[in-house]
Amino acid sequence: MSKREPAMKFTKLTSCRLVAHKAQMKRENRGLAMSMLVAGVMLVSGCVTVNAPEDAIVIELNLNIRQEVIYRLADDVRENIDENPDIF
Amino acid sequence: MFDSRTLRRTALGAAAMALALGGIAAPVQAQRDPAYQTARSAGQVGEKIDGYLGTVGNQSSAIQRLVSDINIKRKANYTERAQAQNVTVEEYARAQGCSLILRTETGEKYQAPDGSWKTRTSAPPERHPSCP
Repeated sequence: MSKREPAMKFTKLTSCRLVAHKAQMKRENRGLAMSMLVAGVMLVSGCVTVNAPEDAIVIELNLNIRQEVIYRLADDVRENIDENPDIF
Repeated sequence: MFDSRTLRRTALGAAAMALALGGIAAPVQAQRDPAYQTARSAGQVGEKIDGYLGTVGNQSSAIQRLVSDINIKRKANYTERAQAQNVTVEEYARAQGCSLILRTETGEKYQAPDGSWKTRTSAPPERHPSCP
């Protein structure tokens, strides 16, 4: 009690009180902190599973690029058959 | 008189030269090798999706050699043309495969999108969705 009294006299001590509050909250809400930690771990493990769909998207993009290329080459490959009938 | 005879001789010589040159040049742009044509018609070899020739089932070593020989020539051709088109050899080969499967004749074999060998009928061939 004797320690708290001078602290209350300083009007600018609100910021210092925050530190004190933090310590109190940690002790009181250890359960909450634990559950947040668990949630954090779950989030991290969630990030790992997100990587799989990312790979799938990359493959899809490659397919689109290839398809465009195949369409572009259509005339050239036809000419190639006419120019080299011995190997086709 | 003498001059015109000389001229005629020169013309004849030129014609003979042209014939000889044509004779040499012809095999370069020749049609399919008869053994290859026979193997195609018999369904022993088929056109694959990737632009190369494949043996259908187990074939003799002669057929296997024929296929690998043509595929080496195809790869060289694809490499050259892919460079000119600024695409990868694989991309060029696949585009060529689309065209080659479309050009198969009735009775010849081609590879369907699922990888199985199909015999070409008068109906359009089953091609990969990426084909034009």
